[in-house]
Amino acid sequence: MEKRSLKAWLYLLPAILFLGAFMVYPLIDVFIYSFEEGYNSAAQTFFGVGSYNYSYVLRDPYFLQALKNTFILVIITVPLSTGIALMISLGLNSIKPLKNLYQTVYFLPYVTNTLAVGLVFMILFKKTPYSDGMINLLINWFGGESVDFIDGPYWAKMFTLCVYTVWVVMPFKVLILTSALASVNQEYYSAAQIDGTSRFRIFRRITLPMISPTMFYLIITGFIGAFKAYSDAVALFGTDLNAAGMNTLVGYIYDMLYGNSGGYPSYASAAAIILFAIVLTITCINLMVSKKHVHY
Amino acid sequence: MKKIPVDYEKIERSARMRMRTGKAVIYTLLSIWALIVLFPFYWMILTSVKTYSAYTSEYIPTFFTLAPTFQNYVDAFTSVPLADYFLNTVIFTVVTTAVMLIVTVLAAFAFSRLNFRGKDLLFAAFLALMMIPNELVIITNFVTITNLDLRNTFMGLILPSVTSVFYIYLLKENFSQIPDQLYYAAKVDGTSDFKYLRRVMIPICRPTLVTITILKVIECWNSYVWPRLITDNEAYFLVSNGIQTIRESGFGRENIPAMMAAVVAISVPLIVLFLIFRKQIMAGVARGGSKG
Repeated sequence: MEKRSLKAWLYLLPAILFLGAFMVYPLIDVFIYSFEEGYNSAAQTFFGVGSYNYSYVLRDPYFLQALKNTFILVIITVPLSTGIALMISLGLNSIKPLKNLYQTVYFLPYVTNTLAVGLVFMILFKKTPYSDGMINLLINWFGGESVDFIDGPYWAKMFTLCVYTVWVVMPFKVLILTSALASVNQEYYSAAQIDGTSRFRIFRRITLPMISPTMFYLIITGFIGAFKAYSDAVALFGTDLNAAGMNTLVGYIYDMLYGNSGGYPSYASAAAIILFAIVLTITCINLMVSKKHVHY
Repeated sequence: MKKIPVDYEKIERSARMRMRTGKAVIYTLLSIWALIVLFPFYWMILTSVKTYSAYTSEYIPTFFTLAPTFQNYVDAFTSVPLADYFLNTVIFTVVTTAVMLIVTVLAAFAFSRLNFRGKDLLFAAFLALMMIPNELVIITNFVTITNLDLRNTFMGLILPSVTSVFYIYLLKENFSQIPDQLYYAAKVDGTSDFKYLRRVMIPICRPTLVTITILKVIECWNSYVWPRLITDNEAYFLVSNGIQTIRESGFGRENIPAMMAAVVAISVPLIVLFLIFRKQIMAGVARGGSKG
Protein backbone atom coordinates (compact mmCIF):
# COMPACT_ATOMS: atom_id res chain seq x y z
CA MET A 1 0.00 0.00 0.00
CA GLU A 2 2.81 2.40 0.92
CA LYS A 3 4.49 1.76 -2.42
CA ARG A 4 1.33 2.59 -4.33
CA SER A 5 0.94 5.81 -2.40
CA LEU A 6 4.50 6.79 -3.22
CA LYS A 7 3.85 6.16 -6.89
CA ALA A 8 0.79 8.41 -6.90
CA TRP A 9 2.75 11.25 -5.35
CA LEU A 10 5.43 10.71 -7.99
CA TYR A 11 2.84 11.20 -10.74
CA LEU A 12 1.61 14.33 -8.99
CA LEU A 13 5.06 15.73 -8.30
CA PRO A 14 5.43 17.91 -11.42
CA ALA A 15 2.00 19.50 -10.96
CA ILE A 16 2.62 20.12 -7.26
CA LEU A 17 6.03 21.65 -7.94
CA PHE A 18 4.73 24.01 -10.60
CA LEU A 19 1.63 25.00 -8.64
CA GLY A 20 3.55 25.38 -5.42
CA ALA A 21 6.25 27.57 -6.89
CA PHE A 22 4.08 29.72 -9.13
CA MET A 23 0.68 29.82 -7.42
CA VAL A 24 0.65 28.86 -3.75
CA TYR A 25 3.87 30.55 -2.72
CA PRO A 26 3.08 33.78 -4.63
CA LEU A 27 -0.39 33.84 -3.13
CA ILE A 28 1.04 33.93 0.39
CA ASP A 29 3.84 36.24 -0.62
CA VAL A 30 1.59 38.88 -2.16
CA PHE A 31 -0.07 39.47 1.21
CA ILE A 32 3.31 39.80 2.90
CA TYR A 33 4.54 42.24 0.25
CA SER A 34 1.45 44.38 0.62
CA PHE A 35 2.22 45.02 4.31
CA GLU A 36 5.96 45.65 3.96
CA GLU A 37 6.52 49.38 3.97
CA GLY A 38 9.23 51.03 1.92
CA TYR A 39 10.26 47.83 0.20
CA ASN A 40 13.30 48.27 -2.02
CA SER A 41 13.36 45.72 -4.82
CA ALA A 42 17.09 46.18 -5.50
CA ALA A 43 18.27 45.74 -1.91
CA GLN A 44 15.28 43.60 -0.84
CA THR A 45 14.90 45.48 2.42
CA PHE A 46 11.97 47.23 4.07
CA PHE A 47 11.46 49.62 7.01
CA GLY A 48 8.41 48.33 8.75
CA VAL A 49 5.10 46.56 8.65
CA GLY A 50 1.77 48.30 8.31
CA SER A 51 -0.98 49.47 6.03
CA TYR A 52 0.91 52.39 4.50
CA ASN A 53 0.95 50.74 1.03
CA TYR A 54 -2.82 50.56 1.01
CA SER A 55 -3.31 54.17 2.03
CA TYR A 56 -0.71 55.28 -0.54
CA VAL A 57 -2.47 53.39 -3.33
CA LEU A 58 -5.91 54.62 -2.30
CA ARG A 59 -4.69 58.23 -2.41
CA ASP A 60 -2.77 57.90 -5.68
CA PRO A 61 -4.62 59.94 -8.38
CA TYR A 62 -3.56 57.40 -11.02
CA PHE A 63 -5.18 54.63 -9.01
CA LEU A 64 -8.38 56.63 -8.59
CA GLN A 65 -8.42 57.33 -12.34
CA ALA A 66 -7.92 53.61 -13.04
CA LEU A 67 -10.68 52.74 -10.56
CA LYS A 68 -13.09 55.16 -12.24
CA ASN A 69 -12.23 53.92 -15.74
CA THR A 70 -12.65 50.29 -14.74
CA PHE A 71 -16.00 50.89 -13.06
CA ILE A 72 -17.37 52.81 -16.06
CA LEU A 73 -16.15 50.06 -18.38
CA VAL A 74 -17.76 47.34 -16.25
CA ILE A 75 -21.08 49.14 -15.84
CA ILE A 76 -21.41 49.81 -19.57
CA THR A 77 -20.01 46.68 -21.19
CA VAL A 78 -21.37 43.88 -18.99
CA PRO A 79 -25.11 44.63 -19.44
CA LEU A 80 -24.64 45.73 -23.04
CA SER A 81 -22.69 42.67 -24.17
CA THR A 82 -24.95 40.26 -22.27
CA GLY A 83 -28.06 41.87 -23.75
CA ILE A 84 -26.80 41.89 -27.32
CA ALA A 85 -25.52 38.32 -26.93
CA LEU A 86 -28.97 37.23 -25.74
CA MET A 87 -30.64 38.84 -28.76
CA ILE A 88 -28.17 37.31 -31.19
CA SER A 89 -28.51 33.86 -29.62
CA LEU A 90 -32.31 34.04 -29.75
CA GLY A 91 -32.04 34.96 -33.41
CA LEU A 92 -29.53 32.20 -34.10
CA ASN A 93 -31.72 29.64 -32.38
CA SER A 94 -34.76 30.44 -34.49
CA ILE A 95 -33.12 29.81 -37.85
CA LYS A 96 -31.86 26.66 -39.55
CA PRO A 97 -30.14 27.46 -42.84
CA LEU A 98 -26.80 29.30 -42.49
CA LYS A 99 -26.84 28.86 -38.70
CA ASN A 100 -23.43 27.19 -38.71
CA LEU A 101 -21.94 29.89 -40.90
CA TYR A 102 -23.18 32.66 -38.61
CA GLN A 103 -21.91 30.81 -35.55
CA THR A 104 -18.47 30.40 -37.10
CA VAL A 105 -18.29 34.07 -38.03
CA TYR A 106 -19.42 35.22 -34.61
CA PHE A 107 -16.74 33.13 -32.95
CA LEU A 108 -13.84 34.54 -34.96
CA PRO A 109 -12.86 37.36 -32.54
CA TYR A 110 -12.20 34.74 -29.86
CA VAL A 111 -9.22 33.30 -31.72
CA THR A 112 -7.62 36.59 -32.64
CA ASN A 113 -4.77 38.33 -30.90
CA THR A 114 -6.27 41.14 -28.79
CA LEU A 115 -3.24 43.37 -29.30
CA ALA A 116 -3.13 42.90 -33.06
CA VAL A 117 -6.81 43.40 -33.81
CA GLY A 118 -6.87 46.34 -31.40
CA LEU A 119 -4.61 48.12 -33.85
CA VAL A 120 -7.27 47.73 -36.54
CA PHE A 121 -9.81 49.34 -34.23
CA MET A 122 -7.31 52.10 -33.55
CA ILE A 123 -6.96 52.97 -37.24
CA LEU A 124 -10.74 52.73 -37.72
CA PHE A 125 -11.33 55.26 -34.94
CA LYS A 126 -8.21 57.40 -35.19
CA LYS A 127 -8.17 60.90 -36.61
CA THR A 128 -4.94 61.64 -38.45
CA PRO A 129 -3.72 64.70 -40.38
CA TYR A 130 -4.44 63.01 -43.71
CA SER A 131 -7.73 61.29 -42.87
CA ASP A 132 -10.46 61.43 -40.25
CA GLY A 133 -10.77 57.65 -40.32
CA MET A 134 -13.53 55.22 -41.08
CA ILE A 135 -15.80 55.82 -38.08
CA ASN A 136 -15.67 59.60 -38.48
CA LEU A 137 -16.60 59.13 -42.14
CA LEU A 138 -19.75 57.34 -40.97
CA ILE A 139 -20.46 60.11 -38.47
CA ASN A 140 -20.02 62.73 -41.18
CA TRP A 141 -22.46 60.86 -43.43
CA PHE A 142 -25.09 61.25 -40.75
CA GLY A 143 -24.24 64.94 -40.43
CA GLY A 144 -22.06 64.78 -37.31
CA GLU A 145 -18.74 66.39 -36.49
CA SER A 146 -15.48 64.42 -36.53
CA VAL A 147 -14.12 63.42 -33.13
CA ASP A 148 -10.69 62.04 -32.29
CA PHE A 149 -11.59 58.77 -30.60
CA ILE A 150 -8.00 57.83 -29.69
CA ASP A 151 -6.38 61.07 -28.49
CA GLY A 152 -9.48 63.20 -28.04
CA PRO A 153 -11.95 63.85 -25.22
CA TYR A 154 -12.40 61.37 -22.38
CA TRP A 155 -15.89 60.20 -23.33
CA ALA A 156 -14.74 59.46 -26.90
CA LYS A 157 -11.84 57.33 -25.67
CA MET A 158 -14.11 55.51 -23.24
CA PHE A 159 -16.59 54.90 -26.06
CA THR A 160 -13.87 53.31 -28.21
CA LEU A 161 -12.71 51.12 -25.34
CA CYS A 162 -16.28 49.96 -24.65
CA VAL A 163 -16.93 49.17 -28.32
CA TYR A 164 -13.74 47.14 -28.58
CA THR A 165 -14.39 45.33 -25.29
CA VAL A 166 -17.90 44.34 -26.37
CA TRP A 167 -16.54 43.13 -29.72
CA VAL A 168 -13.94 41.01 -27.93
CA VAL A 169 -16.17 39.40 -25.28
CA MET A 170 -19.14 38.69 -27.54
CA PRO A 171 -18.02 35.33 -29.05
CA PHE A 172 -17.82 33.61 -25.67
CA LYS A 173 -21.24 34.85 -24.57
CA VAL A 174 -22.98 34.03 -27.84
CA LEU A 175 -21.50 30.53 -27.82
CA ILE A 176 -22.57 29.78 -24.25
CA LEU A 177 -26.06 31.28 -24.64
CA THR A 178 -26.72 29.53 -27.94
CA SER A 179 -25.97 26.13 -26.46
CA ALA A 180 -28.07 26.94 -23.38
CA LEU A 181 -31.04 27.94 -25.55
CA ALA A 182 -30.68 24.83 -27.68
CA SER A 183 -30.86 22.61 -24.62
CA VAL A 184 -34.23 23.94 -23.42
CA ASN A 185 -36.78 21.12 -23.67
CA GLN A 186 -38.88 21.74 -26.79
CA GLU A 187 -41.99 20.23 -25.18
CA TYR A 188 -42.45 23.36 -23.06
CA TYR A 189 -42.69 25.43 -26.21
CA SER A 190 -45.14 23.01 -27.83
CA ALA A 191 -47.36 23.11 -24.76
CA ALA A 192 -47.29 26.91 -24.69
CA GLN A 193 -48.12 27.05 -28.39
CA ILE A 194 -51.16 24.85 -27.96
CA ASP A 195 -52.35 27.20 -25.21
CA GLY A 196 -51.91 30.12 -27.60
CA THR A 197 -49.35 31.88 -25.41
CA SER A 198 -47.92 35.05 -26.90
CA ARG A 199 -44.29 35.11 -27.99
CA PHE A 200 -43.25 37.64 -25.38
CA ARG A 201 -44.91 35.63 -22.63
CA ILE A 202 -43.19 32.45 -23.80
CA PHE A 203 -39.88 34.28 -23.61
CA ARG A 204 -40.54 35.70 -20.14
CA ARG A 205 -42.12 32.63 -18.60
CA ILE A 206 -40.24 29.75 -20.26
CA THR A 207 -37.04 30.78 -22.01
CA LEU A 208 -35.72 33.23 -19.44
CA PRO A 209 -36.25 31.01 -16.38
CA MET A 210 -34.77 28.01 -18.21
CA ILE A 211 -31.58 29.83 -19.16
CA SER A 212 -31.31 31.91 -16.00
CA PRO A 213 -28.42 29.84 -14.55
CA THR A 214 -26.45 30.43 -17.76
CA MET A 215 -27.30 34.13 -17.72
CA PHE A 216 -25.98 34.49 -14.20
CA TYR A 217 -22.88 32.50 -15.03
CA LEU A 218 -22.24 34.90 -17.92
CA ILE A 219 -22.90 37.97 -15.80
CA ILE A 220 -20.52 36.78 -13.08
CA THR A 221 -17.72 35.85 -15.51
CA GLY A 222 -18.46 39.06 -17.39
CA PHE A 223 -17.96 41.17 -14.26
CA ILE A 224 -14.75 39.35 -13.38
CA GLY A 225 -13.42 39.65 -16.93
CA ALA A 226 -14.28 43.34 -17.26
CA PHE A 227 -12.64 44.17 -13.94
CA LYS A 228 -9.46 42.64 -15.32
CA ALA A 229 -9.53 44.63 -18.56
CA TYR A 230 -6.06 45.64 -19.63
CA SER A 231 -4.72 44.44 -22.97
CA ASP A 232 -7.69 45.92 -24.87
CA ALA A 233 -6.76 49.34 -23.51
CA VAL A 234 -3.08 48.84 -24.36
CA ALA A 235 -3.99 47.84 -27.90
CA LEU A 236 -5.99 51.03 -28.41
CA PHE A 237 -4.05 53.65 -26.46
CA GLY A 238 -0.48 52.32 -26.22
CA THR A 239 1.54 51.15 -23.23
CA ASP A 240 1.57 54.50 -21.40
CA LEU A 241 -2.01 54.31 -20.21
CA ASN A 242 -1.55 56.79 -17.36
CA ALA A 243 -0.59 59.52 -19.83
CA ALA A 244 -3.65 58.72 -21.94
CA GLY A 245 -5.80 58.80 -18.78
CA MET A 246 -7.20 55.41 -19.76
CA ASN A 247 -5.48 53.13 -17.27
CA THR A 248 -7.34 50.21 -15.71
CA LEU A 249 -6.87 48.57 -12.32
CA VAL A 250 -4.83 45.72 -13.75
CA GLY A 251 -2.84 48.21 -15.81
CA TYR A 252 -2.08 50.16 -12.63
CA ILE A 253 -0.76 47.00 -10.96
CA TYR A 254 1.56 46.23 -13.86
CA ASP A 255 2.74 49.83 -14.16
CA MET A 256 3.65 49.78 -10.46
CA LEU A 257 5.61 46.60 -11.00
CA TYR A 258 7.45 47.40 -14.15
CA GLY A 259 7.91 50.05 -16.78
CA ASN A 260 8.66 53.75 -16.46
CA SER A 261 6.85 54.14 -13.13
CA GLY A 262 7.65 50.62 -11.90
CA GLY A 263 9.80 49.06 -9.21
CA TYR A 264 7.21 49.07 -6.42
CA PRO A 265 6.03 45.49 -5.83
CA SER A 266 4.54 46.52 -2.47
CA TYR A 267 2.20 49.08 -4.03
CA ALA A 268 1.39 46.62 -6.81
CA SER A 269 0.53 43.94 -4.24
CA ALA A 270 -1.70 46.29 -2.28
CA ALA A 271 -3.49 47.30 -5.49
CA ALA A 272 -3.88 43.66 -6.53
CA ILE A 273 -5.43 42.76 -3.18
CA ILE A 274 -7.80 45.73 -3.42
CA LEU A 275 -8.80 44.56 -6.90
CA PHE A 276 -9.32 41.02 -5.62
CA ALA A 277 -11.47 42.32 -2.76
CA ILE A 278 -13.64 44.33 -5.17
CA VAL A 279 -14.11 41.36 -7.50
CA LEU A 280 -14.89 39.05 -4.60
CA THR A 281 -17.48 41.47 -3.20
CA ILE A 282 -19.20 41.91 -6.56
CA THR A 283 -19.23 38.15 -7.14
CA CYS A 284 -20.78 37.56 -3.72
CA ILE A 285 -23.47 40.19 -4.40
CA ASN A 286 -24.15 38.53 -7.75
CA LEU A 287 -24.47 35.13 -6.12
CA MET A 288 -26.85 36.50 -3.50
CA VAL A 289 -29.04 38.12 -6.17
CA SER A 290 -28.95 34.97 -8.27
CA LYS A 291 -30.22 32.86 -5.34
CA LYS A 292 -33.42 34.88 -5.55
CA HIS A 293 -33.92 34.87 -9.29
CA VAL A 294 -32.30 31.78 -10.72
CA HIS A 295 -34.37 28.65 -11.23
CA TYR A 296 -32.31 25.50 -11.15
CA MET B 1 -78.36 35.47 -40.20
CA LYS B 2 -75.87 34.90 -42.89
CA LYS B 3 -72.87 32.78 -42.14
CA ILE B 4 -69.59 34.50 -42.90
CA PRO B 5 -67.50 32.21 -45.06
CA VAL B 6 -64.16 31.52 -43.44
CA ASP B 7 -61.33 31.97 -45.90
CA TYR B 8 -58.83 29.48 -44.51
CA GLU B 9 -56.50 30.06 -47.40
CA LYS B 10 -56.32 33.75 -46.61
CA ILE B 11 -55.59 33.13 -42.93
CA GLU B 12 -52.89 30.64 -43.80
CA ARG B 13 -51.38 32.99 -46.31
CA SER B 14 -51.21 35.86 -43.85
CA ALA B 15 -49.70 33.58 -41.22
CA ARG B 16 -47.06 32.51 -43.75
CA MET B 17 -46.38 36.15 -44.58
CA ARG B 18 -45.90 36.98 -40.92
CA MET B 19 -43.52 34.05 -40.51
CA ARG B 20 -41.55 35.16 -43.54
CA THR B 21 -41.22 38.80 -42.48
CA GLY B 22 -40.17 37.62 -39.01
CA LYS B 23 -37.47 35.44 -40.53
CA ALA B 24 -36.35 38.28 -42.80
CA VAL B 25 -35.96 40.62 -39.83
CA ILE B 26 -33.96 38.00 -37.92
CA TYR B 27 -31.67 37.31 -40.88
CA THR B 28 -31.10 41.03 -41.43
CA LEU B 29 -30.14 41.63 -37.80
CA LEU B 30 -27.87 38.59 -37.73
CA SER B 31 -26.21 39.74 -40.94
CA ILE B 32 -25.61 43.20 -39.49
CA TRP B 33 -23.82 41.69 -36.52
CA ALA B 34 -21.83 39.40 -38.83
CA LEU B 35 -20.81 42.51 -40.75
CA ILE B 36 -19.67 44.25 -37.56
CA VAL B 37 -17.61 41.19 -36.65
CA LEU B 38 -16.08 40.77 -40.08
CA PHE B 39 -15.49 44.41 -40.96
CA PRO B 40 -12.27 44.86 -38.93
CA PHE B 41 -10.86 41.73 -40.59
CA TYR B 42 -11.78 43.03 -44.02
CA TRP B 43 -10.32 46.41 -43.19
CA MET B 44 -6.98 45.02 -42.04
CA ILE B 45 -6.59 42.88 -45.14
CA LEU B 46 -7.64 45.75 -47.39
CA THR B 47 -5.28 48.21 -45.74
CA SER B 48 -2.42 45.74 -45.84
CA VAL B 49 -2.53 45.57 -49.65
CA LYS B 50 -2.77 49.32 -50.23
CA THR B 51 0.43 51.17 -51.01
CA TYR B 52 1.68 53.62 -48.41
CA SER B 53 1.23 56.61 -50.70
CA ALA B 54 -2.26 55.51 -51.73
CA TYR B 55 -3.27 55.06 -48.10
CA THR B 56 -2.08 58.46 -46.93
CA SER B 57 -3.56 60.29 -49.91
CA GLU B 58 -7.08 59.01 -49.23
CA TYR B 59 -8.83 61.61 -47.13
CA ILE B 60 -12.00 59.58 -47.47
CA PRO B 61 -10.90 55.94 -47.14
CA THR B 62 -11.88 53.76 -50.08
CA PHE B 63 -13.56 50.42 -49.52
CA PHE B 64 -11.60 48.52 -52.15
CA THR B 65 -8.35 48.79 -54.02
CA LEU B 66 -7.70 48.18 -57.68
CA ALA B 67 -3.94 48.00 -57.35
CA PRO B 68 -3.14 45.53 -54.56
CA THR B 69 0.48 45.27 -53.53
CA PHE B 70 2.37 42.75 -51.45
CA GLN B 71 5.21 45.13 -50.73
CA ASN B 72 3.84 45.73 -47.22
CA TYR B 73 4.26 42.06 -46.35
CA VAL B 74 7.84 42.18 -47.57
CA ASP B 75 8.39 45.29 -45.44
CA ALA B 76 6.79 43.70 -42.43
CA PHE B 77 9.23 40.80 -42.54
CA THR B 78 12.34 42.79 -43.49
CA SER B 79 12.31 46.20 -41.82
CA VAL B 80 11.17 44.88 -38.41
CA PRO B 81 12.16 41.52 -36.89
CA LEU B 82 8.67 40.03 -37.31
CA ALA B 83 10.12 36.65 -38.31
CA ASP B 84 12.05 36.54 -35.01
CA TYR B 85 8.89 37.36 -33.05
CA PHE B 86 7.17 34.51 -34.88
CA LEU B 87 9.95 32.06 -34.13
CA ASN B 88 9.98 33.06 -30.44
CA THR B 89 6.22 32.65 -30.21
CA VAL B 90 6.34 29.24 -31.85
CA ILE B 91 9.10 28.03 -29.49
CA PHE B 92 7.24 29.43 -26.47
CA THR B 93 3.91 27.92 -27.57
CA VAL B 94 5.25 24.47 -28.42
CA VAL B 95 7.37 24.03 -25.28
CA THR B 96 4.75 25.46 -22.91
CA THR B 97 1.98 23.32 -24.38
CA ALA B 98 4.12 20.16 -24.38
CA VAL B 99 5.20 20.56 -20.74
CA MET B 100 1.64 21.45 -19.75
CA LEU B 101 0.34 18.28 -21.41
CA ILE B 102 2.83 16.03 -19.59
CA VAL B 103 2.16 17.62 -16.21
CA THR B 104 -1.60 17.56 -16.75
CA VAL B 105 -1.79 13.93 -17.94
CA LEU B 106 0.32 12.66 -15.05
CA ALA B 107 -1.66 14.57 -12.44
CA ALA B 108 -5.04 13.66 -13.94
CA PHE B 109 -4.00 10.02 -14.02
CA ALA B 110 -3.03 10.05 -10.35
CA PHE B 111 -6.30 11.70 -9.36
CA SER B 112 -8.53 9.41 -11.41
CA ARG B 113 -6.82 6.02 -11.27
CA LEU B 114 -4.51 5.77 -8.27
CA ASN B 115 -5.47 5.66 -4.60
CA PHE B 116 -3.48 7.36 -1.93
CA ARG B 117 -4.03 9.01 1.41
CA GLY B 118 -5.14 12.64 1.20
CA LYS B 119 -6.33 12.34 -2.38
CA ASP B 120 -9.68 14.06 -1.85
CA LEU B 121 -8.14 16.81 0.22
CA LEU B 122 -5.44 17.47 -2.37
CA PHE B 123 -7.98 17.51 -5.19
CA ALA B 124 -10.11 20.02 -3.29
CA ALA B 125 -7.02 22.17 -2.82
CA PHE B 126 -6.37 22.01 -6.58
CA LEU B 127 -9.95 23.07 -7.30
CA ALA B 128 -9.62 25.98 -4.87
CA LEU B 129 -6.60 27.19 -6.84
CA MET B 130 -8.80 27.58 -9.91
CA MET B 131 -10.33 30.62 -8.28
CA ILE B 132 -7.05 32.47 -7.80
CA PRO B 133 -6.76 35.31 -10.31
CA ASN B 134 -3.51 35.61 -12.21
CA GLU B 135 -3.07 39.22 -11.12
CA LEU B 136 -2.50 38.18 -7.52
CA VAL B 137 0.33 35.76 -8.20
CA ILE B 138 2.03 37.52 -11.09
CA ILE B 139 3.74 40.06 -8.82
CA THR B 140 5.69 37.47 -6.84
CA ASN B 141 6.37 35.46 -9.97
CA PHE B 142 7.89 38.55 -11.50
CA VAL B 143 10.14 39.01 -8.47
CA THR B 144 11.01 35.29 -8.37
CA ILE B 145 11.99 35.14 -12.03
CA THR B 146 13.97 38.37 -11.71
CA ASN B 147 15.86 37.06 -8.69
CA LEU B 148 16.62 33.80 -10.48
CA ASP B 149 18.17 35.89 -13.27
CA LEU B 150 15.75 34.37 -15.75
CA ARG B 151 14.52 37.61 -17.30
CA ASN B 152 14.87 37.61 -21.08
CA THR B 153 15.13 33.83 -21.26
CA PHE B 154 12.74 31.21 -22.52
CA MET B 155 12.87 29.51 -19.12
CA GLY B 156 11.52 32.65 -17.50
CA LEU B 157 8.80 32.96 -20.09
CA ILE B 158 7.70 29.34 -19.94
CA LEU B 159 7.93 28.20 -16.30
CA PRO B 160 5.05 30.23 -14.80
CA SER B 161 2.89 29.75 -17.90
CA VAL B 162 2.77 25.96 -17.65
CA THR B 163 0.28 25.41 -14.83
CA SER B 164 -3.39 25.04 -15.67
CA VAL B 165 -5.45 23.60 -12.85
CA PHE B 166 -8.56 23.72 -14.96
CA TYR B 167 -7.13 21.35 -17.58
CA ILE B 168 -6.14 18.86 -14.88
CA TYR B 169 -9.74 18.95 -13.66
CA LEU B 170 -11.14 18.56 -17.18
CA LEU B 171 -8.92 15.61 -18.01
CA LYS B 172 -9.46 13.95 -14.63
CA GLU B 173 -13.23 14.01 -15.23
CA ASN B 174 -12.69 12.46 -18.65
CA PHE B 175 -10.29 9.78 -17.33
CA SER B 176 -12.77 8.86 -14.61
CA GLN B 177 -15.37 7.92 -17.21
CA ILE B 178 -13.26 5.02 -18.46
CA PRO B 179 -14.75 1.82 -17.00
CA ASP B 180 -12.74 0.19 -14.18
CA GLN B 181 -13.05 -3.21 -15.85
CA LEU B 182 -10.54 -2.14 -18.49
CA TYR B 183 -8.02 -1.38 -15.77
CA TYR B 184 -8.55 -4.69 -13.98
CA ALA B 185 -8.26 -6.57 -17.26
CA ALA B 186 -5.01 -4.80 -17.99
CA LYS B 187 -3.77 -5.57 -14.47
CA VAL B 188 -4.56 -9.27 -14.92
CA ASP B 189 -2.51 -9.20 -18.09
CA GLY B 190 0.35 -7.72 -16.08
CA THR B 191 0.29 -4.27 -17.67
CA SER B 192 2.04 -1.57 -15.69
CA ASP B 193 0.20 1.58 -14.68
CA PHE B 194 2.27 3.74 -16.96
CA LYS B 195 1.74 1.46 -19.94
CA TYR B 196 -2.00 1.40 -19.22
CA LEU B 197 -2.01 5.20 -19.20
CA ARG B 198 -0.11 5.37 -22.46
CA ARG B 199 -1.83 2.57 -24.34
CA VAL B 200 -5.42 2.79 -23.10
CA MET B 201 -6.31 6.03 -21.34
CA ILE B 202 -4.60 8.51 -23.64
CA PRO B 203 -6.03 7.03 -26.86
CA ILE B 204 -9.55 6.88 -25.38
CA CYS B 205 -9.39 10.50 -24.22
CA ARG B 206 -7.74 11.88 -27.31
CA PRO B 207 -10.59 14.34 -28.11
CA THR B 208 -10.23 16.02 -24.71
CA LEU B 209 -6.46 16.13 -25.10
CA VAL B 210 -6.82 17.76 -28.52
CA THR B 211 -9.19 20.35 -27.05
CA ILE B 212 -6.85 21.14 -24.18
CA THR B 213 -3.91 21.44 -26.56
CA ILE B 214 -5.69 23.83 -28.89
CA LEU B 215 -6.99 26.02 -26.07
CA LYS B 216 -3.49 26.22 -24.61
CA VAL B 217 -2.01 27.07 -28.01
CA ILE B 218 -4.50 29.94 -28.43
CA GLU B 219 -3.69 31.15 -24.93
CA CYS B 220 0.07 31.04 -25.58
CA TRP B 221 -0.14 32.69 -28.97
CA ASN B 222 -2.10 35.60 -27.54
CA SER B 223 -0.34 35.98 -24.21
CA TYR B 224 0.81 39.51 -23.61
CA VAL B 225 1.06 40.47 -19.95
CA TRP B 226 3.64 37.98 -18.70
CA PRO B 227 5.94 38.28 -21.75
CA ARG B 228 5.78 42.04 -21.46
CA LEU B 229 6.82 41.96 -17.80
CA ILE B 230 9.60 39.46 -18.24
CA THR B 231 11.23 40.53 -21.51
CA ASP B 232 12.63 43.90 -22.43
CA ASN B 233 15.17 42.55 -24.89
CA GLU B 234 13.64 42.51 -28.35
CA ALA B 235 15.38 39.23 -29.15
CA TYR B 236 12.86 37.49 -26.84
CA PHE B 237 9.69 39.34 -27.80
CA LEU B 238 6.58 37.34 -28.68
CA VAL B 239 4.18 38.52 -31.38
CA SER B 240 1.95 40.49 -28.97
CA ASN B 241 4.88 42.52 -27.65
CA GLY B 242 6.29 42.71 -31.14
CA ILE B 243 3.16 44.27 -32.56
CA GLN B 244 3.11 46.76 -29.70
CA THR B 245 6.73 47.72 -30.45
CA ILE B 246 5.92 48.02 -34.13
CA ARG B 247 3.05 50.31 -33.24
CA GLU B 248 5.19 52.51 -31.03
CA SER B 249 8.45 52.66 -32.96
CA GLY B 250 8.52 50.44 -36.04
CA PHE B 251 7.96 51.58 -39.63
CA GLY B 252 8.37 55.21 -38.59
CA ARG B 253 5.03 54.94 -36.74
CA GLU B 254 2.91 56.18 -39.62
CA ASN B 255 3.26 53.35 -42.13
CA ILE B 256 -0.10 51.86 -41.31
CA PRO B 257 -0.35 49.53 -44.34
CA ALA B 258 2.86 47.76 -43.28
CA MET B 259 1.58 47.61 -39.70
CA MET B 260 -1.64 45.99 -40.94
CA ALA B 261 0.38 43.47 -42.95
CA ALA B 262 2.07 42.48 -39.68
CA VAL B 263 -1.35 42.23 -37.99
CA VAL B 264 -2.64 39.95 -40.77
CA ALA B 265 0.48 37.78 -40.53
CA ILE B 266 -0.03 37.41 -36.76
CA SER B 267 -3.75 36.66 -37.04
CA VAL B 268 -3.64 34.12 -39.87
CA PRO B 269 -2.13 31.11 -38.02
CA LEU B 270 -4.83 31.07 -35.34
CA ILE B 271 -7.65 31.67 -37.81
CA VAL B 272 -6.44 28.75 -39.92
CA LEU B 273 -6.18 26.60 -36.79
CA PHE B 274 -9.73 27.63 -35.86
CA LEU B 275 -11.16 26.80 -39.28
CA ILE B 276 -9.55 23.33 -39.15
CA PHE B 277 -10.57 22.47 -35.57
CA ARG B 278 -13.76 24.55 -35.43
CA LYS B 279 -15.90 21.92 -33.69
CA GLN B 280 -13.33 20.96 -31.03
CA ILE B 281 -12.46 24.56 -30.25
CA MET B 282 -16.05 25.69 -29.85
CA ALA B 283 -16.99 22.64 -27.79
CA GLY B 284 -13.90 23.11 -25.65
CA VAL B 285 -14.57 26.78 -25.00
CA ALA B 286 -18.21 26.04 -24.21
CA ARG B 287 -17.04 23.54 -21.58
CA GLY B 288 -14.56 25.70 -19.86
CA GLY B 289 -12.97 28.53 -21.71
CA SER B 290 -13.31 32.06 -20.55
CA LYS B 291 -12.31 35.47 -21.78
CA GLY B 292 -15.53 37.26 -21.28
